[in-house]
Formats: sequence, structure tokens, C-alpha cells
Amino acid sequence: METDFTPVLSLVGGVLIGVAAVLLMALRGRIFGATGLLAGAVFNGVHNDNAWRFALLLGMVSGPAAMWLITGSLPVVEVPISTPALILGGVIVGLGVTWGGGCTSGHGVCGMARFSLRSFVATGTFMVMTFLTVYVVRHVLGG
Amino acid sequence: MRFVLTYLTGLVFGLGIALSGMANPAKVLNFFDIAGTWDPSLIFVMGGAMLTTMAGYFFILKRPTPAFDTAFHLPQAKAVDAKLIGGSALFGIGWGIAGFCPGGALPALGTLTPNVFLFVAALLVGMWLARIAPRYVSGAPKTA
Repeated sequence: METDFTPVLSLVGGVLIGVAAVLLMALRGRIFGATGLLAGAVFNGVHNDNAWRFALLLGMVSGPAAMWLITGSLPVVEVPISTPALILGGVIVGLGVTWGGGCTSGHGVCGMARFSLRSFVATGTFMVMTFLTVYVVRHVLGG
Repeated sequence: MRFVLTYLTGLVFGLGIALSGMANPAKVLNFFDIAGTWDPSLIFVMGGAMLTTMAGYFFILKRPTPAFDTAFHLPQAKAVDAKLIGGSALFGIGWGIAGFCPGGALPALGTLTPNVFLFVAALLVGMWLARIAPRYVSGAPKTA
């Protein structure tokens, strides 16, 4: 399935992601990592110290509606794989980001931006493994 | 007021994800498919996000405290160990299969696409399994 090359929209989106990461550090002194945020909200339960995580998550989920208000269209979400593969991938991502201590936002954006060696190693590792996995799935297994 | 500003921070992130294409697994997987239907857009997402964050952190982290807290909460772990590398390798495999990463999938929930809810449910199962697994492997208590 082909997708359009969108350098300007993707750069604007990337800068906004960075602005949000800087805002969260300026306001609450926290790394903007989706893994830690979700884990903190779900596994630490509902209490006052956790309320900011729910506010942040609610804001994140409102992103597509904000895009609709500005551009008149919702973001495209196309899943070009089977349902079992989507579930398998989700479980593996959950295991990996928990043991690896972060994902694309925590390690790839915030961690590398503060020159964390752990984040450079983590990001290098998952980027290489993602390239290899996509190659194997699409060109070796022919999925 | 604090929670309104925190909500808006999340909204900026979610809007960024929505505009950038990170909420679309077809686009994310194409970025990683150099040998096939390659779409290099994600370089601009990650580059734009990281450089913006780097510049912002440079100034923010010189301040004594954040606005709404008494201290910055920066990760203290320093060890580059098997858990970090193995976990990150697994994440890469899962991302390459599904095309969603957590930061892309959470805002995508706002499109009310059933597949996104399915992915996030599977993601939470994986996160929960990773939390309980050490009890069965070593018997040692785990502090996350």
C-alpha cells in the first residue's frame, strides 16, 4: 500500500511533538514518554499524584479532533496487516517498551534530546530491528 | 489551571502525531520499507521533534525548577544492559509487525478506529505480562 510523501506536514507535526515535550518539561519537569505515561496511568491507579497523566492522555486523544477543526479532516489510520498480526505486534510492543524502559517518544525524542546514552542505544536498537522486521515480513515471508 | 495547561500540552502532542502521519501504520511501515513502497516522511517527524526538544530542553533545564513542581524528574538509570537492549529489540520487532508505537497509537484512539483500540488493548496486555513475568522467572520481587 503506497502512502504520499508529506515532508511539510510531517515536519510541522514533528515540531509540535517537540513543543509538547518541552512544555511538559517546563510545566511539570517530566519526560514526554508515551510508555511511562500509559503505564503510570493504568498500573498506578487513580489518585491525585496521577491526575496530570490522565489530563495529558485526554489531551493526546483529543489530537485528531483538533486536526479536524483546523484542517477539516481526521488523520488517516490504515492498518495494512491482519488482525492476529496487529494483536501479536501489540503484545510484543508492550513487552519490549516495558523492559526497554521507553519507546519512540521517551527514548527517541526526549532521551536523545538530553543526550542519554541509554536512549541512543535503545533508539538505535529498535530502529534497526524495525527495519529488519519489515524487510523480513514484506520481502522474505511475503506478508 | 494546571490541569488545563497539562491537557493542552497533551493536545499539542496529539495534534502533532495526527498531522505527522505517525498515527497511520501504513505510513509508518512504509518508512521502514526502503526495499519496497518507501515513504521517508518520518525522518521529518523524528528530526523535527528531536531538534525542537533538544533546543527547548537546553533552556528549560537551566531553570531551578519546573513551573508546577519542586524538581525536575529526569530518569536516573545509567546502565546499558541486556534488559535495555533486549527490550528495545523486542519493541522494534513489534513495531515492525504492527506499525503502531505507543505514542502514535494513543492519539489515534481519538479517531475511534476499532483497530486502534485492539492494538492498545494488546499493548496493555504486553505491558502487564512484562510486569508479572519476573515473578515467575526469578522469584525475586520486582520494582519497576
